[in-house]
Amino acid sequence: MKTDRKTVASLVATGVFLLFCAWGVWLAHNDIARRSAVGYLGFLKEMLSVLPMMFLLIGIFDVWVPRDIVERHVGENAGPIAILWMILLATLQAGPLYGAFPVAATLYKKGCAAKYVFIYLGAFSVMKLPMLSFEITFLGWKFSLVRLVFTLPVFITIGYIMGRSQACAA
Amino acid sequence: MLMFNLIGFCIILACFALDRGKTIRSVRRGLTMFWKIVPEMSVVLILISVSLAILTPEQLKQWLSTDTPAHFATALVVGSVALIPGFVAFPLAGVLLKNGASVMLVAGFLTTLLMVGVVTLPMEAKYFGWRTALIRNGLSFVGAVAIALAMGRVL
Repeated sequence: MKTDRKTVASLVATGVFLLFCAWGVWLAHNDIARRSAVGYLGFLKEMLSVLPMMFLLIGIFDVWVPRDIVERHVGENAGPIAILWMILLATLQAGPLYGAFPVAATLYKKGCAAKYVFIYLGAFSVMKLPMLSFEITFLGWKFSLVRLVFTLPVFITIGYIMGRSQACAA
Repeated sequence: MLMFNLIGFCIILACFALDRGKTIRSVRRGLTMFWKIVPEMSVVLILISVSLAILTPEQLKQWLSTDTPAHFATALVVGSVALIPGFVAFPLAGVLLKNGASVMLVAGFLTTLLMVGVVTLPMEAKYFGWRTALIRNGLSFVGAVAIALAMGRVL
């Protein structure tokens, strides 16, 4: 029943928000409300263009890939080569970070060590290839390269700290 | 994103050809997981759009053009809270750099933007719990500040 109440609450919040937008757009000509409405539609489109397929693929991964394969390659005893696997997996993906949360949770459930799960999230947030090409275009390869060199040890360290301090709740 | 959806669709089709029952089970599981995140997702959507409506690129340009510790702090806070898509953030950062903002400030803005996500915390907490989500974001924030300071030194 807890999830039901949550769904209702989020629907109510969305309704209030849309009413606010409508009020701002048609009655008050409020700039913030108008921009919120435009932003809302944009982000809704972004989420719906990524998340459904992401979840379908997570379902495929969950059902088709046996647990021992995940454990062998990126499990607790996999060794540092697993870091390379996680970074490779992360850089080849696209889309916003919230799309990576369910993937990370599923990896963990399948036996991927917590430290590697967080290294995956770190790599996903800072070094996806589509994003890097964009960054180089606007900020130059020197800026990107220096950022990568400093960022890499940071998110690997964060992964190890997170892996040691606790386990995921998922 | 079209590429991603097309490739995904092909993978699902291939799986369906291999094992119909297993694939139907996979699809059902994926859709169930998607349905479960809808409440958090709709709240995050509202948070993102309102935060982006308040923080327009023009305003950010104004706030982040000068170089004082206070402006650096602003860059870090804005970067942590906002969820600005890459195609807006990187051109904006390029303009800031051209207008004379320091590398440290621009790097701080970008790294917090990429690594810390305050508005998406409800979604993160759904999968990892609030405690873990908060610790990850806290550590990422510290890391992002360190990266920005180091980049300011080098570039």
